[in-house]
Amino acid sequence: MTRTSALLIVVVVVIVCSSLAMFAIPNGAWLANVPQRDRERVNPYRDQPDAVAAGRRIFLDHCAHCHGNDAEGTKKRPSLKSSRVQQEATDGDLHWLLVNGNRGQGMPSWIKLGDPQIWQVICYVKSLH
Amino acid sequence: MMLPSYLNCRCQEYPYFVTYSQEMEEPGNLDIEMFNVVGNPQGGNSFLGSDVEFEYGLKGWWTTEFYLDGQATQNESTIFTGLRWENRFRPLSREHWINPVLYAEFEDTSADKTIREVVGHDGLPDFLVPNWLARMDKERELELKLILGSNVHGWNISENFIAEKNFAGDPWEFGYAFGASRPLQLAASAHECTFCAEKFQVGVEMYGGLGDANGFGLPLTSQYLGPTINWTAPNGMTVAFSPQFGLNGYSIPVLYRFSVSYEIQQFLSHFHRSGQ
Repeated sequence: MTRTSALLIVVVVVIVCSSLAMFAIPNGAWLANVPQRDRERVNPYRDQPDAVAAGRRIFLDHCAHCHGNDAEGTKKRPSLKSSRVQQEATDGDLHWLLVNGNRGQGMPSWIKLGDPQIWQVICYVKSLH
Repeated sequence: MMLPSYLNCRCQEYPYFVTYSQEMEEPGNLDIEMFNVVGNPQGGNSFLGSDVEFEYGLKGWWTTEFYLDGQATQNESTIFTGLRWENRFRPLSREHWINPVLYAEFEDTSADKTIREVVGHDGLPDFLVPNWLARMDKERELELKLILGSNVHGWNISENFIAEKNFAGDPWEFGYAFGASRPLQLAASAHECTFCAEKFQVGVEMYGGLGDANGFGLPLTSQYLGPTINWTAPNGMTVAFSPQFGLNGYSIPVLYRFSVSYEIQQFLSHFHRSGQ
């Protein structure tokens, strides 16, 4: 093996190990990590029936395969009808979670949906209480 | 009647062909994509380059992809050109103004014409070499990328910086890619629709070579720029198209790119008896 090849392999190993190390952080309670200003954000679609219907479509497309079609959760993923989601978490908290995800626990970021769709899906989730 | 969720995915994807965004594949999902590019190099034969891509989300921060490449050149032959395996790692867990992703790929190809990236002095002369001769040139390469991506007011803006090293001892080659895109409508409709604005994403993509370690810069490099669009069908299939224009005489004048992709959600769960 040439010196260049060995160097390249070392670079790849360092990249992989760095990523693993950075994610070896315990989950913790995501709710406690939400900044105050995010927690207080107001859902611009709140109380709009069309937003709930649109949010349901988004939920079935993107969320149901992990959280279940009825949002009751699955073997590995939590229910969205829990008191944590329905009572403790504000719309702003859920928006922060959907934007940032919780990658260490398998929850991806959904920022690619854009703010309007994120707020719409929150309308739907909150309508499930 | 409601379809099972894994048949019902309308996954939103950015309409890029060369540029990588900061988005990772969702854990457990398998995305199957077919990319194609058609070109007609001046003084050479028209070609169709294709690859089939299997992209799997291992973790929220780790996506792996496997490619099978091939090409068909008019008046010459249709050949399998090789394979590639790539891994992407997202080092920061939360969203930031700019989100970095680290990328490492090993490729073993020859006579490849898929043009999934442009580095070094890749350009028109490479496409004038007949297949029988080009196949003798085995390219075993390591490709590293720094991917930077931002989401701002519905826009995705992504930049890639590429460094590629051929194990045969060639110097490091460099390249870049840039893409920006946005859905035509950000909010979802209350009712199912097929051709409504939210189903379309439009954008622009630019990429090219930046020379190599012996001569960094734009001389003798190919550069491409073009609009791009995709549409997500109600069954979850995404179709994308982009005409991309060579910006200098070292580039192929026009490339027509199109792709079809489909995502299977929670792929492995279909093999479990208790899977949903």
